[in-house]
Amino acid sequence: MLKADNLNFSIHGKTILDRVSLEVKSGEIFAILGPNGAGKSTLMKCLSGYEKPTDGDVFLMGKTSPSYSLTDLASKRAVLTQSVSINFPFTTLEVAAMGRGQISGFGQKERDFEIAREAMRLTEVSHLEKRLISTLSGGEQQRVHMARILAQLWDQQDCVLFLDEPTSALDLKHQFMLFDICRTLVSQKNYAVVVILHDLQLAKRMTDKALLLDTGRTFAAGPSADVINVDTISALYDINRSQVML
Amino acid sequence: MLMIRTVKWRRFSLLRQREQNPFVILVCLSLILSLIVLIATSIGAISISLRDILFFDLSEFDQTILLSIRLPRVLLAVVVGAALGISGAAMQGLFRNPLADPGLIGITGGAALAVSCMIVVIGPAYGFLGLYSLGIAAFVGGMITSLVILRMSRLTGVFSVTHMLLAGIAINALTFAGTGFLTFISDDQQLRALTFWTMGSLGGAMWEPVLVCLSIILPSMWFLTKKARELNVLLLGEENAAYIGVDTHKLKRSIILTSALCVGAAVAVSGIIGFIGLVIPHLIRLLFGADHKLLIPASALLGAALLLFADTIARTIVAPSEMPVGVLTSLVGGPFFLWLLIKQNSNGN
Repeated sequence: MLKADNLNFSIHGKTILDRVSLEVKSGEIFAILGPNGAGKSTLMKCLSGYEKPTDGDVFLMGKTSPSYSLTDLASKRAVLTQSVSINFPFTTLEVAAMGRGQISGFGQKERDFEIAREAMRLTEVSHLEKRLISTLSGGEQQRVHMARILAQLWDQQDCVLFLDEPTSALDLKHQFMLFDICRTLVSQKNYAVVVILHDLQLAKRMTDKALLLDTGRTFAAGPSADVINVDTISALYDINRSQVML
Repeated sequence: MLMIRTVKWRRFSLLRQREQNPFVILVCLSLILSLIVLIATSIGAISISLRDILFFDLSEFDQTILLSIRLPRVLLAVVVGAALGISGAAMQGLFRNPLADPGLIGITGGAALAVSCMIVVIGPAYGFLGLYSLGIAAFVGGMITSLVILRMSRLTGVFSVTHMLLAGIAINALTFAGTGFLTFISDDQQLRALTFWTMGSLGGAMWEPVLVCLSIILPSMWFLTKKARELNVLLLGEENAAYIGVDTHKLKRSIILTSALCVGAAVAVSGIIGFIGLVIPHLIRLLFGADHKLLIPASALLGAALLLFADTIARTIVAPSEMPVGVLTSLVGGPFFLWLLIKQNSNGN
């Protein structure tokens, strides 16, 4: 479903990604792990088609990503970025409905709000519908934006979700909620989910495959349950074996 | 402090909780505007009673005053106010920050410098052709400064309000120096034209500037309202807007183009009138929310109403002489800007 061949990415002469290859099949939750500055977010930007890799190709459903228009791409994949700041007084419902933007041709339709409401129910922020987004806590905002990207791909099959640290502000209950949603989408709607995580326990338990990045290179890759082990983790993060808790 | 603000926000959100119909809001604003238009038409150095205007029961003298002096003046205030409101709303959307006012960040200054050049080089404008040439000069000046500011505020790669405002100060200083130099080398007639203009005044209004302005702001308003939803999505940031499928480069170009057109039109016919573009969109957001679908037309209507109100005061308070309306709007806008700055700062903490 999503395939990358020997991705290279460098900016200002500095190499961020160095020959990274991966393949994500539909029905899989795929984790990208690694220390700070390993190139995880850049890799995700290349995979989602926002940045053009310096070298190498990204294939989405068998086609290279530049061959999609922005609109087509928007109906095939959605991206949750690390933080979104909005300086203007939008209600949470308005923000969630923004995800419907291009798909409904930017015409304000009642159906878009219905979908946004449905999505907000899934991420458990329905009760905040009329609140201004700026008055919400970090975790609540993160759930609203999650609802926004779910709304973007609503009614679609075979899509890819890219989530950049989606649990960073979530409490334990909502971390599980998030992965429940992801699991449902991959099993029932044939989605693939690519997720950047820092919580290794969560990654080991909740994801199917993992790619461990170290300074832009593939450190290890394989099924999460195998590849996330004490040896690899202590080597990757340069910490003592006794400090690794999995 | 935090408590007070929470309460205040809740008040505004309460106001918003009632189901709003954008159409009703726009009709209400139009009614308010029409009312001010009627009152403004009736009062002035020579007052004409409202009843007489409505039934068109006027002496020939009153008719002349109404048709060739009062009405053009009133309508010019309306179109310029609308242009300033729209350009403010569009610029704030583009910069994703409510502090981005075309006047503050130097766009008006750039437009004014270009117009000063035209006045000094080819003389004061007369008739349609002259006005359009001033308009085009103002548009080009405004557009160049918009592009410079946009580039400067992203100098570090991410958008920075500090850079935006500082670049604005620098550009304002530059354009001020430029205009000053042009004033210095100009002859008497040019000097008169320049001075009258940099103060921001709607005096000497005629039908031509009204029509010229109208021919620019109506298409701009239509265009921006059509792009409303994309403008909303742009507020999530360029990256996120791109993920939703918005061609951000194209959108940014067209916003700069339309708001420079609006600023250009306003500056060419009335000089620098500050703060309308800052205050109006902010008020609309506070009252009715940030959706551009409503924000753009509502800013046009309220901007028109406020500038007309200010201009009516400016020309009656010291009648038969008159005060430049720019002085009045700055008097209200300056403190408002400070309040906004303090509020934004405490939001960040």
